[in-house]
Amino acid sequence: MDRFISHKVKNLAPSGIRQFFDLVLKTKDVVSLGVGEPDFAAPWRIREKAIYSLEQGYTSYTSNKGLLRLRLEIAHFLKKHYRLIYDPGEEILVTTGVSEGLDLAIRTILNPQERVILVYPCYVAYPAVVELSAGRVVPLYTSFEESFKINPEKLKELIKRYKPKAIILNYPTNPTGVSYSKEELKELWRVLSKEDLLVISDEIYDLITYNFKHTPFSTFKGAKGKTIYLGGFSKNYAMTGFRIGFACGRRELIEQMSKIHSFVMLCAPIISQLSAIEALNSQKDVESMVKEYRRRRDFIVGELNNLGFKTLLPQGTFYCFSSIKNTGLSSLEFASLLLKKVKVAVVPGEAFGLLYRDFIRVSFASPFPDLKEAILRIRKFKEQYLKN
Amino acid sequence: MEDVLKILEGNARISFEDLAKLTGEKEPELRKMVNKLEKKGVIVKYKAVINKELLPGERSVLALIEVKVSPQKDVGFDAIAERIYKFPEVKSCYLLSGTYDLLLVVEGKSIHTIADFVAEKLAPLEAVKGTVTHFMLKKYKEDGVILRKKKEIKRLTITY
Repeated sequence: MDRFISHKVKNLAPSGIRQFFDLVLKTKDVVSLGVGEPDFAAPWRIREKAIYSLEQGYTSYTSNKGLLRLRLEIAHFLKKHYRLIYDPGEEILVTTGVSEGLDLAIRTILNPQERVILVYPCYVAYPAVVELSAGRVVPLYTSFEESFKINPEKLKELIKRYKPKAIILNYPTNPTGVSYSKEELKELWRVLSKEDLLVISDEIYDLITYNFKHTPFSTFKGAKGKTIYLGGFSKNYAMTGFRIGFACGRRELIEQMSKIHSFVMLCAPIISQLSAIEALNSQKDVESMVKEYRRRRDFIVGELNNLGFKTLLPQGTFYCFSSIKNTGLSSLEFASLLLKKVKVAVVPGEAFGLLYRDFIRVSFASPFPDLKEAILRIRKFKEQYLKN
Repeated sequence: MEDVLKILEGNARISFEDLAKLTGEKEPELRKMVNKLEKKGVIVKYKAVINKELLPGERSVLALIEVKVSPQKDVGFDAIAERIYKFPEVKSCYLLSGTYDLLLVVEGKSIHTIADFVAEKLAPLEAVKGTVTHFMLKKYKEDGVILRKKKEIKRLTITY
């Protein structure tokens, strides 16, 4: 069968991590700090809207770009929340999750061999999507010492050297929980505005920001025209299973992205679209979830640092990226041993870039008692199985 | 403070240690704060929400009783309310606007005990002009807690 599989697909994704994931999924009674989605169910009013839509018989296709009503609501939300103006008619496309938006953006802009800057550690789908489009990844590595933030000088250098077609930004960032203040983003825009490349900005965690208000990249003067802004409902509203997101950008770009979308997806599920309209009017629910994440964040980061796993305080998302350097183990070894000995699951840092073998991603999207239990187990693990 | 109350409302048995971790406040400060709130009567008491339907054996009966009363000079409804809510059978007592005045939640061993309470204690009071008794058939949600045991929805234990 192997000969039927394309080289491109065969070469995707590191196999060691896949095996580890399979092992976690098979292990019973795991306390997991490895989950990349909220532990909350979508707020009831959103779920109720989904049920109601079904009862009313909303089971058809919608226009390719998505229900106009939803696009209007998205435009209204972006304007009210971020003073960001997008034309719902031609500059917004409703996608089946940000995953699809990302795929559409890359496929729309990339010719074979063209380059895209990815900021590492990065979400696993980015390099995969670039490679599937026969593009080439230009990695921009960030370090613990840099607080995992982009160094503008490094960015400038890479652009000069590789002439990339685009850069994918993601903030708040999976896996590090890092986000950028308005001033920090301005620095980046100062560099990017002078260059001829497109910014694809994945801001799916925008509302899960703790220390300051999130600033969409396209709010800077002149940035809107050079940015594809990707937003979603999965994380903010705990709607991962609804598979719904949106892409905003210049009319010409959105039109081309819509072309692919109309062939391969046709439209996002109508029930999810109707539910998303309700979600945009559920900000109170979001606030209370974010408040809960923040409490958990303070707890888990404090405990991890106490245990000697250096961890920066995340400014957004429900992840932190902890150093396991002093254990002398690679992140995959550490995670495997942690699972085997005390049944706690974390994601090895090397899943997000091979250079990050000294880190693990810890998700705090789990109820407080679970986090407490996990910390107890990690403490036991450290005392019994680690050298230091 | 609002944070602390919210957490306690959800879990009154949480330790001060955990409360400190969740709020970022210091433990002694929290003790002081909670103490103060108790003294002020903001925190009235700590109780368990119990689903008695799941208990084996004898079950108690609950009734909501609407009571029409005549208010009294100078004290309004307070005096008659006090006479009524002092009965241990009365679990809750509220003064309401609308077609009746007091709403009582009354607990008894059986329908008959409650009927006796109404007939012998409540209705004969001079200020009580009439009562309507509703027996409770099923509890779905109490104090913000859904009493049916939640079916656990399994997320995948590890995802990117």
